Amino acid sequence: MTHLAELPSWAALLTALLLLLGAALALIGSFGLLRFGSFYERIHAPTLGSTLGIGFVLIASMLFFSVLQSRPVLHEVLITALMVVTTPITLMLLARAALYRDRSEGNDDVPPSA
Amino acid sequence: MTRWLPFPLLTATLLAVWLILNESVSPGTIILGSVLSVGAVRVLLALDPPAGRFRRPLVALKLALVVLGDIVRSNNAVARIILHPGTKNRTSGFVRIPLDIRAPYGLAALSCIITATPGTIWVEYDSAKNTVLLHILDLVDEKVWIETIKQRYEKRLIEVFE
Repeated sequence: MTHLAELPSWAALLTALLLLLGAALALIGSFGLLRFGSFYERIHAPTLGSTLGIGFVLIASMLFFSVLQSRPVLHEVLITALMVVTTPITLMLLARAALYRDRSEGNDDVPPSA
Repeated sequence: MTRWLPFPLLTATLLAVWLILNESVSPGTIILGSVLSVGAVRVLLALDPPAGRFRRPLVALKLALVVLGDIVRSNNAVARIILHPGTKNRTSGFVRIPLDIRAPYGLAALSCIITATPGTIWVEYDSAKNTVLLHILDLVDEKVWIETIKQRYEKRLIEVFE
């Protein structure tokens, strides 16, 4: 963190703002996890953190290191792409497991299989 | 071409990933990256991946921008729902959407789009009837959702992948 003094103030402010926005979205998402009633509603909440939330943090990271090293840093683009491709796998796995459980228990509020 | 270099687009993508990881375009990195990408695609062939096509990059770019806008908008909407629990008339529920797209990579892209926009979750795909079951956090009208998914995303995905 010794390089922090070399960072111009506009970049520092913008980085801090983006980080706060990302963190706030992740926090709201976690809050929704507590607040929603059913499993299928709860599964929506953390996607705030995994989409725009992580997006803000990654933009902040790109900005910070690009300004600090005076060259574009692009690792975060890869992280974004990998996030987009892998999140659906976990979400589908969870949703289908819940659906399977509800169907085998005979709950009425889930649709029957097509 | 197809015999020596199957999946040229995938090979090129892997090479791009390697170059970004190394943050360098020196000849050495390119040569090593090319050898690794071609080798990786060879290994992938053991999994027998389905063939696909990718056309109209401009439509794909347009779709990406539309999705980006939708991600921002739906993040805002879901955050509002979480922070204002007072509105009791909100209902969440399942919607079954009949699809026209069959291309496996198009379906994969659609599932990424649907999970990337908060408020909609891809629950179950039925390959026999080609329908997908979604769970929607703020379900007002089923028809509107079916229209939105088909007109906004599926039409463009068919153009790109089929």
